[in-house]
Amino acid sequence: MDFPAVLSLLDATVRLSTPLLLACLAGLYSERSGVFDIGLEGKMLMAAFAAGAVAALTGSAWAGLVAAIIVSILTSLLQGAAAISLKGNQLIAGVAINMLAAGLTTFLGQQWFRQGGRTPQLSGNGRFGAIELPFAHEIGQLPILGPIYEELISGHHILVYIAFLAVPVTAYVLYRTRFGLRLRAVGENPKAVDTAGISVIRLRYQAVLITGVLCGIAGAYFSIAQGSGFGNNMTAGKGFIALAALIFAKWKPVPAMFTCLLFGFLDAAQIRLQGTSLGGIEIPVQAIQALPYILTVVLLAGFIGKAVGPKAGGVPYTKER
Amino acid sequence: MNPGVNTNAQRPATAAVAAPASGWAIELEKINKRFGAVHANKDIDLKVARGTIHGIVGENGAGKSTLMSILYGFYTADSGTIRVDGVEQAITDSRHALALGIGMVHQHFMLVDNFSVLENVVLGAEDSGLLKPSLDRARRELDRLESEYDLEVDPDAIIEDISVGQQQRVEILKALYRGAETLILDEPTGVLTPREADDLFRVLETLRAQGKTVILITHKLREIMAITDNVSVMRQGEMVATLKTAETSPEQLAELMVGRRVLLRVEKGTATPGRTLLEVDNLVVADDMGVPRVKGVSFAVRAGEIVGIAGVSGNGQSELLEAITGMREARSGGVRLNGNPIRLRGDDGAARARAAGLAHVPEDRQRMGLVTAFMEWENAILGYSTSPEYRRGMLLDIAAAKRQAAEQIARFDVRPADIMLKTALFSGGNQQKIVLAREMDRDPAVLVVGQPTRGVDIGAIEFIHNQIIAMRDAGKAILLVSVELDEIRSLADRILVMFDGVIVGEADPATATEGELGLMMAGIAGPAGETHP
Amino acid sequence: MSALRPLPRWADVLVLPLLNLALAFIVSGLVVLGIGHNPFMAVWAIVTGAFGTGYGIGYTLYYATNFVFAGLAVAVAAHGGLFNIGGNGQAYVAGLGVILVALALQDTHWLLIAPLAILAAAVFGGFWGFVPGWLQAKRGSHVVITTIMFNFIASALMIYMLNRVLKPAGVSGPESAMIAEGARMPKLGQFFPPFNYTPVNFAIFLAIAALIGTYVLVWHTRFGYALRVMGQNPAAARYAGISNSRMIMLTMTLSGALAGMVAFNEVLGVQNRLVLDFVADAGFVGIAVALMGRNHPVGIAFAALLFGALYQGGNELQYVISGLDRTVVVIIQALVILFTGAMEGLFRPGLQRTLMLFSPQQTETAIDRSTVRSES
Repeated sequence: MDFPAVLSLLDATVRLSTPLLLACLAGLYSERSGVFDIGLEGKMLMAAFAAGAVAALTGSAWAGLVAAIIVSILTSLLQGAAAISLKGNQLIAGVAINMLAAGLTTFLGQQWFRQGGRTPQLSGNGRFGAIELPFAHEIGQLPILGPIYEELISGHHILVYIAFLAVPVTAYVLYRTRFGLRLRAVGENPKAVDTAGISVIRLRYQAVLITGVLCGIAGAYFSIAQGSGFGNNMTAGKGFIALAALIFAKWKPVPAMFTCLLFGFLDAAQIRLQGTSLGGIEIPVQAIQALPYILTVVLLAGFIGKAVGPKAGGVPYTKER
Repeated sequence: MNPGVNTNAQRPATAAVAAPASGWAIELEKINKRFGAVHANKDIDLKVARGTIHGIVGENGAGKSTLMSILYGFYTADSGTIRVDGVEQAITDSRHALALGIGMVHQHFMLVDNFSVLENVVLGAEDSGLLKPSLDRARRELDRLESEYDLEVDPDAIIEDISVGQQQRVEILKALYRGAETLILDEPTGVLTPREADDLFRVLETLRAQGKTVILITHKLREIMAITDNVSVMRQGEMVATLKTAETSPEQLAELMVGRRVLLRVEKGTATPGRTLLEVDNLVVADDMGVPRVKGVSFAVRAGEIVGIAGVSGNGQSELLEAITGMREARSGGVRLNGNPIRLRGDDGAARARAAGLAHVPEDRQRMGLVTAFMEWENAILGYSTSPEYRRGMLLDIAAAKRQAAEQIARFDVRPADIMLKTALFSGGNQQKIVLAREMDRDPAVLVVGQPTRGVDIGAIEFIHNQIIAMRDAGKAILLVSVELDEIRSLADRILVMFDGVIVGEADPATATEGELGLMMAGIAGPAGETHP
Repeated sequence: MSALRPLPRWADVLVLPLLNLALAFIVSGLVVLGIGHNPFMAVWAIVTGAFGTGYGIGYTLYYATNFVFAGLAVAVAAHGGLFNIGGNGQAYVAGLGVILVALALQDTHWLLIAPLAILAAAVFGGFWGFVPGWLQAKRGSHVVITTIMFNFIASALMIYMLNRVLKPAGVSGPESAMIAEGARMPKLGQFFPPFNYTPVNFAIFLAIAALIGTYVLVWHTRFGYALRVMGQNPAAARYAGISNSRMIMLTMTLSGALAGMVAFNEVLGVQNRLVLDFVADAGFVGIAVALMGRNHPVGIAFAALLFGALYQGGNELQYVISGLDRTVVVIIQALVILFTGAMEGLFRPGLQRTLMLFSPQQTETAIDRSTVRSES
């Protein structure tokens, strides 16, 4: 492969890993606080729809983004209420949210826009355009580093930059703030947090709120940045890959970024790898598509290190006696 | 608890501990607390002088933990007053208690395992949104506290990597960091090695020297005698006595703790033991955390005898029972039935124990011995569902199970006599009878029984005791574990006392006094007055 | 202080699910109303679409067949305390087993092929359930996460098999060769004219057998007893000498095998070949069915019929009310799962208190029983 092809591959990697990264970080907050979240897919879908719909109606991508975040927060709170306050089964809540999102988005899409579930095509300000970083053109003249700057680093949607910025921000919040300390504690030993006089419920709701925000941005990316409108089921299972990435990254922000990049790379590569062979055997594209899931299972089985999640994960907190 | 049992023990007047110069740190007056029908604290009076180490002793169910939980804000008393430093307070929650200077070191640590010591200390007591200033201040403060109280801990060590003794220090540091002036320690040495326990005592003495007040809850008399200034004895929800440690003795305390009771004497003929049926060889068992709880226990039980293991709960009895009955894998050592070793490995070890002829009435019937959501007859076959009499071709012979259940209910007078009733709706006593009926019905060679009358009403207690004696007379070997000393004394033919994972002594129920037994249970003396470390 | 008397069986099995269903309908109805349509008309359209004609009933029964299998799969695992959401993947992989048997024995009568196909479906589907079960029992990996992953892996695997291995020359779409006429399961329409042109076939008898078989297994065998003990109280299972790890593996295998029967219905009875995504999310509907049916075969039968009716009625909806279609059904389904599975806390305490109000005698007895009294 020559240099431009490599660049193009890496460029695609960045674009494809962005929604994964956002959803992954979203799940990180929830799960670190002890609330299992397998509803990332549903939240993203709802957000994508909201973004596409509002952007089409208002002509403003920013309005779409805000709508996406609001919708995602509401969905997240619904799931959170079931898990935290009603002490229901968190996994079933996630499954229900995914299904509800699939049904609602198609339903409302068809009702409001009558285009078979799609939202109208977006253009101009309706979607986020590529952003050129300063001096992209000038630096682009330099050999090797130039094209890297011009093609790979510059020229992405703003949501991409937000996503990658969210990584150090999350790391900072998680490890350098009071909130982060308490968040991590409540997922490991909620009793310790409770006896320290901190409200377990409030912390978990705060985590769930942040999950909503990040999922909102992730969903918006699909419809008003990467795509130009909402299409039926456009998240296509990315929410579950994000979940896999979260587990693979052992619930840490920086490994999450690398894992999402890896999974994004696999996604970008499988299109390009069609037809190529390894040692004479043709690699089926499905093998590469299945790779993220297989890797996660292998990790869960403890064959490449242990994946120990937050100890108090999945269990609703009840004060004893 | 044994309701209705007369306590004609002497109640020495609360020693005239006059208001000390430094004042009372804590005063509790006429504290009452009920949980449903259980009267956990009855009119408790307690005065703790500032700058002293005050011990609270008592057996299980005496009400010590409840009382301290009230002081720490976990529970609210039904009636009574609390005064902290002379000022009356209504302690609403643990934050309030901390604000008043009362800190608690729990029996089960409230630590986040994958945090560092520093992070655990700071959790909940952070100064601001950003962690760094809090951590820096905490590091400086910890440094100061550590040197002042001789509490060496590496602030950056991760909790799951440090020893249990050091984890406890973190708990103490947490309380001190939050400005605790009064520290409550609940059974602190249960998880410590003897060396670590001595280290802890050093720390407590340093705390006292610095003017702090320490309340030490324990059932170990050695600790009381070693470091406390004053000691209060609780028994069955009542404060029995408060004495100056220097003016009392382990014997007196043991008697007060255990009480000179009118025994529920069961009609019991003398035993005629036959050959040895159950042998336990040098059993070493660890708990879920990997801490050894049974540290080399050996004994034998013969046919036609009841061997009772006495001891305060938490000294390894539960793990011992679980290991013998196949519910928990032992680290080393073995169990033999009729001379043949039982293979107890694997998560279905209990099946092999049963097949060898060992029946088990567990300590915690609701958690282990019954499926409370099942109907009564379904619980009548728990543990025996694979035996031939319940098999009808490929199916479960439900008719046979129901017949058996009905027989068991009739024989053991379970009320209501309804095999279709959901087990959760039976009273505690009747639930226990269901379990006993099931286990005794199998005609086992060996019967292992844990806490047979916990949560059981009087009428059922007598019935259950009679059934156990009947089994003995039928030639079964019975191992009885109970924290109720008079139950052991009235039923057992031989008494073994367990303390800190070992059998510290053997006693003859006919001749042993409460004092002797109490001392052994509290870790002070073995037979013939030897002292155990 | 929560001396709430546990719900009597009839309330638990009948009233609660109906309340949840009612709430699901109400919320969906509100959504429909918000769109500007009449929810009552929509319900009527669904009901008539499902039961109004022989055609409708035939389709309803066909859907119900799949939902019975999927529901039983979830229910059996649930009795053991396991949440199997891998039904989709297990059914999908089972299709491989069915088509291999069917194609290998092309010229045999379906009566001979069917048992072998059932066996193959059970083996393949069971294997797809066994692996997550083994991972849970021996390595501690959470069965929910692994089954989700296995759903996706199954999808990738089957696409590959369809595109590269099973596709006969000359066929453009990803599908396998057709099964010979004599090997296919007969449709009920052949014997019962009102069901003509509907896919309901003899597999429905297998569904009925599976319902009965599951009932017998769970409540009348030693295995079923051990399963329920483990599901209610793993500590009691350990006490009783039941091997939790062995039970987990067996249960997940059985669950996968049951889900695999969906493939038997679809491949041998309906599609007559292996096609892409023939499972059509039946695994997830199975979750709703199991939850509604309280994991009991009788409840599952009714719930499966209900959802079958919803699906068929939903399909007809677009012909009756222009602008509405079967996505309304997906919404109802999701809400049922949400309310029944995750928001139980919404109704249960209220219902318990209400029933206690109606029977002060019962309340007294309940409190009596929890008090220590010297009566025995």
